[in-house]
Amino acid sequence: MALLQIAEPGESAAPHEHRLAVGIDLGTTNSLVATVRSGMSVVLNDASGRPLLPSVVAYAADGSVEVGYSAEARQSIDPRNTIVSVKRFMGRGRHDIAHIETLPYDFVDAEGMVKLKTIAGIRSPVEISAEILKTIRHRAEASLGGELTGAVITVPAYFDDAQRQATKDAARLAGLNVLRLLNEPTAAAIAYGLDNSVEGVYAVFDLGGGTFDISILRLSKGVFEVMATGGDSALGGDDFDHRVFCWIIEQAKLMPLSPHDARLLQMRAREAKEQLSQHGEAPITVKLGSSEYVDLVLTTEVFTEITRTLVQKALAPCKKALRDAGLTVADVSGVVMVGGSTRMPQIQHAVAELFKQEPLNNLDPDKVVALGAATQANLLAGNRATGDDWLLLDVNPLSLGLETMGGLVEKVIPRNSTIPVARAQDFTTFKDGQTAMAIHVVQGERELVTDCRSLARFELRGIPPMVAGAARIRVTFQVDADGLLSVTAREQTTGHQARIEVKPSYGLSDDEIAGMLKESFSHASDDAFRRALREAQVESQRLIEATQSALLESADLLSTLERAHIDATVTKLQTVMIGDDRRAIDAAMQALSAATNEFAARRMNQSVQRALAGRNVDQLSL
Amino acid sequence: MTTFDLNFAEDYFTLFGLPREQALDLASLEKCFRAVQAKVHPDKHAHAGDSDRRLAMQWATRVNEAFQTLKSPGKRARYLLHLLGHDPQIESNTAMPVEFLMKQMELREAVMEARSAADEEALEAVRSNLLNEIKVEYQRLAELIDVTRDFTAAANLVRQLMFQEKLLTEIDDALEAVTA
Repeated sequence: MALLQIAEPGESAAPHEHRLAVGIDLGTTNSLVATVRSGMSVVLNDASGRPLLPSVVAYAADGSVEVGYSAEARQSIDPRNTIVSVKRFMGRGRHDIAHIETLPYDFVDAEGMVKLKTIAGIRSPVEISAEILKTIRHRAEASLGGELTGAVITVPAYFDDAQRQATKDAARLAGLNVLRLLNEPTAAAIAYGLDNSVEGVYAVFDLGGGTFDISILRLSKGVFEVMATGGDSALGGDDFDHRVFCWIIEQAKLMPLSPHDARLLQMRAREAKEQLSQHGEAPITVKLGSSEYVDLVLTTEVFTEITRTLVQKALAPCKKALRDAGLTVADVSGVVMVGGSTRMPQIQHAVAELFKQEPLNNLDPDKVVALGAATQANLLAGNRATGDDWLLLDVNPLSLGLETMGGLVEKVIPRNSTIPVARAQDFTTFKDGQTAMAIHVVQGERELVTDCRSLARFELRGIPPMVAGAARIRVTFQVDADGLLSVTAREQTTGHQARIEVKPSYGLSDDEIAGMLKESFSHASDDAFRRALREAQVESQRLIEATQSALLESADLLSTLERAHIDATVTKLQTVMIGDDRRAIDAAMQALSAATNEFAARRMNQSVQRALAGRNVDQLSL
Repeated sequence: MTTFDLNFAEDYFTLFGLPREQALDLASLEKCFRAVQAKVHPDKHAHAGDSDRRLAMQWATRVNEAFQTLKSPGKRARYLLHLLGHDPQIESNTAMPVEFLMKQMELREAVMEARSAADEEALEAVRSNLLNEIKVEYQRLAELIDVTRDFTAAANLVRQLMFQEKLLTEIDDALEAVTA
């Protein structure tokens, strides 16, 4: 059917040029990067041929940073300055972090997101994650031989707004252009669905090192539709390790541990857990710094017993997601297992029992997310071939709402709404002459504000003074395709656009990000300048190409006068972009963008009409 | 802010090129939704200019909203009656037949009892009965709107169905609490 042959705006810009795009799985325990090469999605190995990058960052006194295996090797020597599983701290406050007392880090007491005091200075989880992403970026650029156009970065589907925003900020700090934040189970479904060209309802069960997601998707030709998602952003393999760790302490009757010994025992606990996936028992022998000696054997029976509640914790969200999707287990054609922690036989059995079928394990659970992300990155970068195209429809994992009287939550966007989504809610003043209003945005399913996550506090000012109840303030929530929220407010009766102050409760402000960028560039400020200029030039070129191809395609939508105006703005940008005045380039880009607004709108209308015009519904190809 | 020339004035049925009727063919709706979304979704414009990308998000948002409204029979009926000038006045009109209210109260009590007894099976039973009832009533609703065009009776039925849908949510919440 001819539908997909109508040129897409993104596709028509220089289709011959292959843009370098990667998919990044920024994991709790390990990270990976993949790309599409000659139509195949492949993981990019490091110089030693290793696909994984341990998500470990080690800081040294001289300010140097090590990432990956070399950092991992230092974790028992210098646990305080060797940060593992930093993903668990992203967008999180101190009180959110489980077992914080057993962690060897020096947490800084502060409002909002936790920070860690290291030998190299105070670091936020965003900066630590950015180190991992920088290493990944260098690996990809070395391997692909050029600068990256963009990256798709995966996040747990159950990540809330603060955690997503933190991930995007980390990418920005690492100098990556984020094409899209993609939910991990959705990425896995893309890899699985494209590989096996399956159709039907599939569940993706994704248990990683620190997070758990369950997504129910409907796969059909050319469409990946997420029907519901659920999970626990603080449940993963680490928690199973912790149970073993606690069991060791209890069995061996150990004294309070030094950070060094604690780290050592945690590593042994994890090794024992991994050994149990293959064997019936695992010996644990450690000589501690305290000169205490541990000599135990962990059996499958004991492990099953001490982790039973964790397994149960993963099953409840599965049932909930099915209910949200309006389905029962009988509707599920297959359960795709993702994440290293699904290797545990206890998990395999529990999933098989719940879904009444053997789960699908024919993909490498460590790599599938990165491979799926790479395919999506390739598509978004505009490298897709004709006919090789699909549509991805994802959802927001948690309800978004506002605080109302009495500390109650008024839900504005319910969980599992297909994104992008927008909803508006009207409010009024309750005092005569009231000119300001405080609005508190929260995320979560509970009825009380205190049980939900605070995302931001807004203060609307400049409401025209009126009698109580006369003003009508419309607050609009918009969730974009990355699952990120933005909020705008408008006084309806006068059309006055109220000023909004955003104070992200757990995120970083733009000023903080700017400060971090400046700091990371302080050694190489010229580089930073050149990079920014180069980015502006590339962006200008992209904009010009997109405009020109749109003009070629739909010239009939413009009057001679309108056309002349756009042509003049293009010429202006072409002149300015050769120079090194970044502000002038930015201004010329904005002018071109403004000049094509109306044109873009007409093209979009036309393309919607064409999608349906003159076609019998039965002939539609999707 | 620039005002875009989006065809936002179009109603949701026109947007998907479908007839204005309650007995909407869901398979056709899905096909049309996907065809339009495949044109406007931000992923299809990831490499385009800023204006295109912003528009794509607005369009995709609108198309999602239209699809969700037409997909659910309850939302579809409310929207359709509103278009036909017979708003069901959900907020202001709360008059209900007495026997309907009595039955709802009984069901609600049964749900609360099952919830406190953590009786998952009982909850599932109430849920499946209610689902069947709702299904039959939606068939009647389609007839009232599309065939007999008795919009007053249709609006009354819509209000009753809202009650039942609400109860369904309560059962789901109870199931969640019981199985958690």
